[in-house]
Amino acid sequence: MSEGSLLSISGLTVSFAGRAGGRLTAVRGVTVEVAPGEVLGLVGESGCGKSATMMAVMNLLPDSASIGGSVRFRGEELVGRSEKFLRGIRGKRIGMIFQDPMTTLNPLLTVGEQIAEGIRIHDRTVTSRQAMERAVGLLETVSIPSPRQRAAQYPHEFSGGMRQRVVIAMAIANDPELLIADEPTTALDVTIQAQIMELLQRLCAERRMGLVLVTHDLGVVAGAAHNMAVMYAGRIVDYGPVDAILTRSRHPYTRALLGSQPRVDRRVEQLDAIAGAPPSLAAIPAGCAFHPRCGMAVDRCRTEQPADRDFGVERVACHRAEQVEKHFRVREGVS
Amino acid sequence: MSVASASATRRFHRPAWMTAPVVLGAVIVVFWVFTLFTVHWWAPYDPTMLAGQRFSPPGWTNWLGTDALGRDILSRSLYGVRQSLPIAVAVIGCSVMVGVVLGALAGYLGGLIDEVIMRAVDVTLSFPPILLAMAVTASLGPGLRNAAIAMVIVWWPIYARLMRAQVLAVREREHVEAAVASGARPARILFKHILPLCWSPIIVNATMDFGQIVLLAASLSFIGLGAVPPTPEWGQMISEGALHFYRWWIAAGPGIAILSIVLAFNFLGDGLRDMLDPRSK
Repeated sequence: MSEGSLLSISGLTVSFAGRAGGRLTAVRGVTVEVAPGEVLGLVGESGCGKSATMMAVMNLLPDSASIGGSVRFRGEELVGRSEKFLRGIRGKRIGMIFQDPMTTLNPLLTVGEQIAEGIRIHDRTVTSRQAMERAVGLLETVSIPSPRQRAAQYPHEFSGGMRQRVVIAMAIANDPELLIADEPTTALDVTIQAQIMELLQRLCAERRMGLVLVTHDLGVVAGAAHNMAVMYAGRIVDYGPVDAILTRSRHPYTRALLGSQPRVDRRVEQLDAIAGAPPSLAAIPAGCAFHPRCGMAVDRCRTEQPADRDFGVERVACHRAEQVEKHFRVREGVS
Repeated sequence: MSVASASATRRFHRPAWMTAPVVLGAVIVVFWVFTLFTVHWWAPYDPTMLAGQRFSPPGWTNWLGTDALGRDILSRSLYGVRQSLPIAVAVIGCSVMVGVVLGALAGYLGGLIDEVIMRAVDVTLSFPPILLAMAVTASLGPGLRNAAIAMVIVWWPIYARLMRAQVLAVREREHVEAAVASGARPARILFKHILPLCWSPIIVNATMDFGQIVLLAASLSFIGLGAVPPTPEWGQMISEGALHFYRWWIAAGPGIAILSIVLAFNFLGDGLRDMLDPRSK
């Protein structure tokens, strides 16, 4: 755990009370770090636990969830802290951006009021007029034209992309040290996606904010993130700098994900879908959770859960990490 | 979104919810409210004084006839609104207040509080309203005030149940989660991000219930638990009419008054629903 780390999650587990008294484990030991100014891409298929991981950071999960392990923010433990303590962190030192800007804003408050409210929650010495002034400034920061007029409008008068800018303005209103963006561009058009990502990157660079980008879009991660973590069935299976992972990942799942993406530099007749579906939380396979869908699985993968292993900058949880390079080179050569 | 904005442009001339019944309902309600405040200036006769022969049928001197004591039925019917409407306003107002507070608490806090409040609601709603209102009024003693208290006791659970359902639905919305993530306190979340979004079905239901309460108040008076003679009150006038069954006009005046006001509030409620929730159609 380095001194300069902003957020350091280690051994985080999240489980939900299921029906019939059972527990469903959504996150099974996640260890990851974010430095100030760093953009971390957290990717994975739906239901792999990426959102649950980030919601656990500020304990935004429903009461039925229990959180284990440790989340340190600037060295301070967040797991198991009181609601009162967490309220002081939420929206103040850690900002959150949600997926769907159409539903994240309160329809009955003007955009300016909502941003101002977020400011006044954390600083009662600010008058509502001052807060409104800051809200207008924030709208300007997120590149909303004629911010003063826009601040007096209601969310329904904004387009999706503009609303997401408003949501971002709310998230950065109190100069947080860390932003958590849960699929910030999923609900938007591709062109708007690019604008929003550019905005987020610019803000992080300017304010030395850490950003955790939860997404299932590898393109977004490739364009914006410094490091990326690939999650599968509640664990991080592949973690390292984006360049290293995208070009020479040592995990067959990451390779398979990349293989399922269309490419501009090569003519691909048919995309390689990953066979099967992600495991349900109630029935996570023994050994490596990915083995039923993995083309490289051997007996050991079926019985023994792979430990995290470091390969230079990359951290991989796979028994056969050494063979991945060769395996996929051969396959690509064939096709 | 596009649907809403399309109807917004159409609304520029005649809003979609403004149908003939809604306009009629509004006109009738305005008429009764106007009557409520001004009837003493223009009613043909004093409602408690002799205004002609006993039992005279509708005619030129007494448009809607006279009752067993020779009082003018038109004037009494008009004055009747002074009992019914204020009672309805008070009963609806109190019921909404009690119901909304308890329903919101039940929905937002959940757990034991929810359980206690909702079981009380279930028990109350399991009685036919008129029966329970009768029982309560009878135990408190007849009179309009006691009838009103009884009606509040019968009516608040409707709003509590509505409010709870609304709160449960709204609290799952993403903007509430976003408010939690921005560090807002529970009270702030409830009052600023949940409750303001819960009102529209309450408003619609309350409007429609105005008619129901007018009817219920009249029913209690009809069986002698509400207004006391000689107060001109619709239910009580109808019960007098029932004594003289073949003199149909005695009950006709107050009957039409009740009919018009109940119908008007129903029409108005329908219109409000269409206005407040354009998707319900």
